[in-house]
Amino acid sequence: MAQAITVTVNGTKRTKDVEPSQLLVELLRDTLGLTGTHVGCDTSQCGACTVLVDGRATKSCTILAVQTDGAEVVTVEGLAKNGELHPVQRAFASEHALQCGFCTPGLMITAVDFLARNASPSDAEIRHAIEGNLCRCTGYHNIVNAIRSAAAMMTMSAQSKVAAEVKR
Amino acid sequence: MTTATTTTYIGTRLQRKEDPRLITGSGLFTDDVTLPGMVYVSLVRSPHAHARIRRIDTSAATKEPGVVAVLTGKDLEATGVLPVFISVPKQSTSKHMPIATDKVRYAGDAVAAVVAETRDAAKRAADAVTVDYEPLPVVVDATKALEPGAPIVNEELGTNLVFTYPVKGGDIDKAFGDAEVKVSLHLVNQRLIANAMEPRSAAAKFEAGELTLWSTTQIPHFVQLIASLNLGLSQNKVRVIAPEVGGGFGSKLQVYAEELLVGHLAKTLGRPVKWTEERREGYLATVHGRDLVGDIEVAAKRDGTILGVRIRTVANMGAYLQAFAPVSATILHAFIIPGPYIIPAFDIEIRGAYTNTTPVDAYRGAGRPEAIYAMERAIDRLADEIGMDPAEVRRKNFIPPDAFPFNTITGITYDSGNYAPALDRALAMADYKGFEKRRAESKGRGNYRGIGISSYVEICGLAPSKANSALGVGWGGYESARIRVHPTGAVQVFTGTSPHGQGHETSWSQIAADALGISPNDIEVRHGDTFESPGMGVGTFGSRSLPVGGIAVHKAAEKIREKVIQIGAHLLEASPDDVVIEGGKVFVKGVPEKAKNFGDVSMAAYVANNLPAGMEPGLEATVYYDPPNFTFPFGTHVAEVEIDGETGAVELVRYSACDDCGRQINPMIVEGQLHGGIAQGIGQALYEGAVYDDNGQLLSGSMMEYHVPTAEDVPAFKLDHTVTLTKTNPLGVKGVGEAGTIGSTPAVVNAVIDALSPLGIKHLDMPLTPEKIWRATLKSKGEGKR
Repeated sequence: MAQAITVTVNGTKRTKDVEPSQLLVELLRDTLGLTGTHVGCDTSQCGACTVLVDGRATKSCTILAVQTDGAEVVTVEGLAKNGELHPVQRAFASEHALQCGFCTPGLMITAVDFLARNASPSDAEIRHAIEGNLCRCTGYHNIVNAIRSAAAMMTMSAQSKVAAEVKR
Repeated sequence: MTTATTTTYIGTRLQRKEDPRLITGSGLFTDDVTLPGMVYVSLVRSPHAHARIRRIDTSAATKEPGVVAVLTGKDLEATGVLPVFISVPKQSTSKHMPIATDKVRYAGDAVAAVVAETRDAAKRAADAVTVDYEPLPVVVDATKALEPGAPIVNEELGTNLVFTYPVKGGDIDKAFGDAEVKVSLHLVNQRLIANAMEPRSAAAKFEAGELTLWSTTQIPHFVQLIASLNLGLSQNKVRVIAPEVGGGFGSKLQVYAEELLVGHLAKTLGRPVKWTEERREGYLATVHGRDLVGDIEVAAKRDGTILGVRIRTVANMGAYLQAFAPVSATILHAFIIPGPYIIPAFDIEIRGAYTNTTPVDAYRGAGRPEAIYAMERAIDRLADEIGMDPAEVRRKNFIPPDAFPFNTITGITYDSGNYAPALDRALAMADYKGFEKRRAESKGRGNYRGIGISSYVEICGLAPSKANSALGVGWGGYESARIRVHPTGAVQVFTGTSPHGQGHETSWSQIAADALGISPNDIEVRHGDTFESPGMGVGTFGSRSLPVGGIAVHKAAEKIREKVIQIGAHLLEASPDDVVIEGGKVFVKGVPEKAKNFGDVSMAAYVANNLPAGMEPGLEATVYYDPPNFTFPFGTHVAEVEIDGETGAVELVRYSACDDCGRQINPMIVEGQLHGGIAQGIGQALYEGAVYDDNGQLLSGSMMEYHVPTAEDVPAFKLDHTVTLTKTNPLGVKGVGEAGTIGSTPAVVNAVIDALSPLGIKHLDMPLTPEKIWRATLKSKGEGKR
């Protein structure tokens, strides 16, 4: 029996009928047409489908759509704000942290969640944080660089905000 | 003819043009293609590795809700066999139907296809198809498959032997007769699964007599060609689009059954159709890679001079011969085994075998990793045997820089090479001299530390069409490019290459920009659509795109440049010899203030009422570039490992590589290619391996059992490079897509064996898992029975 759920996806409230067996990734891709979230495996290994559910990186192939009733979901399509790319997106491009780009949305989402909890991580911490996201193209070297660079960008931007406050 | 000599953009770390859409989720991958009225395909696959199909009952499946059609092999017989583009001497080629008709030959062989309104409905109905199988004896091991009495996989051939491929040069008997020392190794180059992050997918629609087929392919033009021939459609009515493709590594270098199937269904049902593999399905039904077992013997002098190399190898081809399968096992393997060394005598024989396993074809490196692995392991074995530094054994046998062009014992000509500097720089980065101190420190911790070197030459730029013909490759190795300058000066480059992560849109822009004297930002590169690109594009594989496809772009841009200069000179009333293009301006050298804009000249080309006498209007050029030779990138990789003395776990503590791919168009992209390649090579050395049981069941059948390296499994990489330009093409570029995979695997294995050598361990086969190492250390300590 389909049931109606309301999910806030990338800032917009969406009410949809979903089957109890429907996965969140199916809701996002098939029902809402948000195809930036990818499916790379069927065993929850690859992390290509990672999205933010209430701020936490979540493999959307491993959670049912009904479980997200009332939740806030952010996908790769929702990372940029007001036409401005998220620092993680900018860093992935500037550090050449993507090649084919298939795993990239999931990796960026994982990084966004991780950096929210650890603003200045070590390389080892970065590698540990992304070990649930597989990439076959980059050997992870530039992904680690990108996340480190995004952390620096975000810290600098936070500091300049504080400085601006102090000035006022 | 004016030649572009500027390198304003070539050699710069230009940001990728591909990235804006890929980091925002707006790139279109094949599975993202959803059309009104679309139906979905699910395949019924054999659970048996070898069985006769007695009967297929589709009646229950047909009654399932939402089912549109159920097909079996008979319904697809008219679409013909799947193509094999290679024919080596005396090759016995299997008849590979898109859906099996008489019997199944591997677990995963398709027996029926279900079409339904939704993915779920198709999957449910596929479960309702019942097949009556008569199981047959199974052969999994390639060597056993060639023994008398083995079950025959393809009965119509009467044998499991696919080919016997010998390459000989010099006097091998004399080499072994004169040898002061002989070493040998039995090497298993295990079966691998490519695991491109994007699973395979194919979607199709048929409208107004025209088929549009989206596919996760590295070779859209070959898919178009075969779809046209096999589906009975005129080629101008088949449009194949490779949109964003999420990695390939050889696994998408095929014309697959599913591509023809969705094309056939779209045509016959009149509805759009899509099939997307599930990852576990892909483990069974997407080609595997490598799987060679062989013996290498090296004859040498006590001073380390190599006298001869003899190899006997059996290559597992799986149940059917795939599109390019014999190439990896034969041509790209045998000819490059000598690598950077002078080998006076050489004798190899490779036998290919059919088995009841998933078919095997190219996997990143395709034959070259197997070749270099064998040679580099043997060099280390030789160094160990004569008590010589492995770096010095390599140096001693290197082809000296003044010997180029160098004709190898296998009959190919290296145009250029300079191997010692790459070795020296890699050793310096690795602090090779300080290693023994670090080894002692590790020993103090109860651990084993080792360092391993690998020096390689690879063969890229596939390929001169005449060489292809001589080697049994049934198609030329050229590449195409078309450049269209619109009247306003907007530039589009259409390339026959089909990138899936390699960044051709960026690199090709840099190449064209320098030839045209404009900015790469003013150039759009388009690929992967057979209705846009030139008549034939060979595609992206074998590190060929830059040294063949990139050169085609360069040559097409030179043609445009020449015409722009002719028209510009005419408009400026100057001699073409004095006219240059710089920064989008066309002017007489030294008089930039009196310039025509690039767009003024292109407009004049189309307005066409004031052109030089006899010149045809328009500004467009198409080039098919056929390279005169292969290219031969080279390099040295050094890996350092520390092995836990208690658990056998390997930690890669340092990785240094110095590679030479000739001129680098975009060093950022070059480094990215190397990083990814090195990680994949490390994967083979330490983590990955497809495992079958004796019944032909794939035990490593999902990402849970098959370990694709994670970020914690690989280290940061230290890279350096030398630049030795190839003389084969005007840009001096050689290709870099596979170098990392080729260099890394033997370096890592050599490091592990070096670490374990104090225990008397001479060799272990990949993957070098903690358990394998732990057991070996116990055995060497005489505790093997514990």
